[in-house]
Amino acid sequence: MSTTTHLESLTDEAITIIREVATECQNPVLLFSGGKDSAVLLHLAVLAFAPARLPFPVMHVDTGHNFAEVIEYRDQFVRDVGARLVVASVQESIDKGRVVEDTGPRASRNRLQSVTLLDAMIEHGFDAAFGGGRRDEDKARAKERILSFRDHQGRWDPRQQRPEPWDVLNARIRKGEQLRAFPLSNWTELDIWQYIAVHDLALPTIYYSHTRTVVERDGMLLAVGGPVVAEPGEVPYEAVVRYRTVGDASCTGAVESTAANVHDVIIEVAAARITERGATRADDTFSESAMEDRKREGYF
Amino acid sequence: MSTTTGTAVALRSTLRVATAGSVDDGKSTLIGRLLHDTKTVFEDQLAAVVKASRRYGDGETNLALLTDGLRAEREQGITIDVAHRYFATPQRSFIVADTPGHAQYTRNMVTGASNADVAIVLVDARHGVLEQTRRHAFIATLLGVKSIVVAVNKMDLVDWDETEFDLIAKEVIEYVQALPTPVPVTAIPLSALLGDNVVDASSNTPWYDGPPLLQWLEDFDADPRTEVGGRLHVQRVIRPQGGEFADFRGYAGVVNGGGFAVGDEVTIEPSGNRAVIKALHRAGKPVHSAENGHAVVIELTTTIDVARGDVLVATEGTVVPHIGESVEAEVCWMVDQPLTVGSRWWFKHGTRTGRATVTAIDYRHDLASLDREPTESLELNTLGRVRLLLSEPIVADRYIDNPEGGRMILIDEATNSTAGALMITAVNR
Repeated sequence: MSTTTHLESLTDEAITIIREVATECQNPVLLFSGGKDSAVLLHLAVLAFAPARLPFPVMHVDTGHNFAEVIEYRDQFVRDVGARLVVASVQESIDKGRVVEDTGPRASRNRLQSVTLLDAMIEHGFDAAFGGGRRDEDKARAKERILSFRDHQGRWDPRQQRPEPWDVLNARIRKGEQLRAFPLSNWTELDIWQYIAVHDLALPTIYYSHTRTVVERDGMLLAVGGPVVAEPGEVPYEAVVRYRTVGDASCTGAVESTAANVHDVIIEVAAARITERGATRADDTFSESAMEDRKREGYF
Repeated sequence: MSTTTGTAVALRSTLRVATAGSVDDGKSTLIGRLLHDTKTVFEDQLAAVVKASRRYGDGETNLALLTDGLRAEREQGITIDVAHRYFATPQRSFIVADTPGHAQYTRNMVTGASNADVAIVLVDARHGVLEQTRRHAFIATLLGVKSIVVAVNKMDLVDWDETEFDLIAKEVIEYVQALPTPVPVTAIPLSALLGDNVVDASSNTPWYDGPPLLQWLEDFDADPRTEVGGRLHVQRVIRPQGGEFADFRGYAGVVNGGGFAVGDEVTIEPSGNRAVIKALHRAGKPVHSAENGHAVVIELTTTIDVARGDVLVATEGTVVPHIGESVEAEVCWMVDQPLTVGSRWWFKHGTRTGRATVTAIDYRHDLASLDREPTESLELNTLGRVRLLLSEPIVADRYIDNPEGGRMILIDEATNSTAGALMITAVNR
């Protein structure tokens, strides 16, 4: 009987996908936000080519609404692995008039990232982008192939996906088209945390329990002090929280948690009764097909 | 896996499962039921499904909405593309591909079934075996699933009638046994909607003494595969070029067909040169040996010409790979443009790509009669046997001997779409 564990199989699969796309595509880039999924992705990418250096740059699509700890972590991780970091700024897209920012207490820059991402891919001539997306995150992602093809506008057409038999990856694209590759497609939130434990991977401190001033809005705990300002009637209070996902600070919620280390988190995740996006992403609860709609517009 | 992580240690290897069967036979509902009854559905997902069920006018909570995640699917109440879902029991982890039943989306079914160990073929007890049931069973066996479960669904609508169940079970078993590559078949009477015999045994089927579906899946063990000997299709040459690893030269790829260990002699094909394995690395760490499925980097004791597309073959292997430009294969055709004699495509086999010209179409499979019909072309969603001439030789295995070494895709030169899934039956010079 095979002695290969589930996590080892997922690791083999992800490394194989990363190597294949990096070899078939001309100019790939790895999307790295400093969140746990992209940290695992970057860690795997480094292992895939060791002892050679990472053969492609990493790119952060920066909404400007960041957690300071995450930016610090991003810069440290990129320095440690000797990668080149490209920062694509949503603020610049706003300043240039490429996008118009929503206003109001529920405004988020999440959706604006699609334009910034696409502009940056064209500017740098990237033909493929590795993303940390997982099929267990969302029902639209569950439908997406490991290699996801995007037209010259970066748009995903869920009705015209290429067949993807076995693991024989067909990365051929025409000039102007792009590829998004998701090596973590078959991973779950729990698999990610088990990988972090096994490889003793450092994460931004906000993934672990800490005290933070928050307001409760739409059933979610949002940190005040950054882009989120308490509305009339909302009373900021101190809570013991951690983040299950790290995204744009204006729409990423914290969860009450005393999980102070990776083992506590694994126990918490294994017992969780709410999905990570449901618990922490205000923008995904707007409508039934929020993720599918964003992907059709060129989202990650 | 570390036991300090607080989660159960899986007793068996991960099982990959795909659903199959005709439209409205209840594939998505069955997967929804499996997820729901194994407590894999999260509260917010269930709340969203309850809300959506109301919106789309379903009487009760429609569990199919757990996998039918696209707007077009929800509006039409059908599955268009494969959804992948994950769940685990204390016994093992499962990766489930819920595939569409419509004939026009067969290519998406192929995507889901190609990686499956087991296919669950659903049959509506009221309608019996349909053309799509046969097509999917045929494709699943051709792709190499190790076993088929016939889930005779909606048994509540035929009053749990044992005779109806037996008739359907017998028909599928006889059909599968007559296929070119038969596999074991198990039939289970169930109701995906009501949950009978899905996770829990049903009191409505006292005449059925087998396990419920989940237990069958938990207990399933494939017969160990006969190994042909280690192969590594070289994906990439790892050369650090400078620093402390200036002399490092490693060959990255996935092991298939068997294993490799440090000290083993390998033959580099198609050149036929030989070398000895100096070191093996997996996920950045040195290892003494590697087995099927491991993503490794191999260092050889001698500097030798090895490039992407070449194959390292364990010299001590039991089956010598077939090398040549002339290929015979079973094919599932997946694009509108038909495959015709003389047509040209890109091919990808292992890590080798090149051009392929169709030299002959031996026949098309008639899915009902299982006859082999002569034909000039293979259309979308048909199966047949073709011969190809490649622009360069491949180092391959017969699909039935070693699936990883025997699979190949054809790519449309104009659109770059993956046009055909091929299972190699012979390779000649």
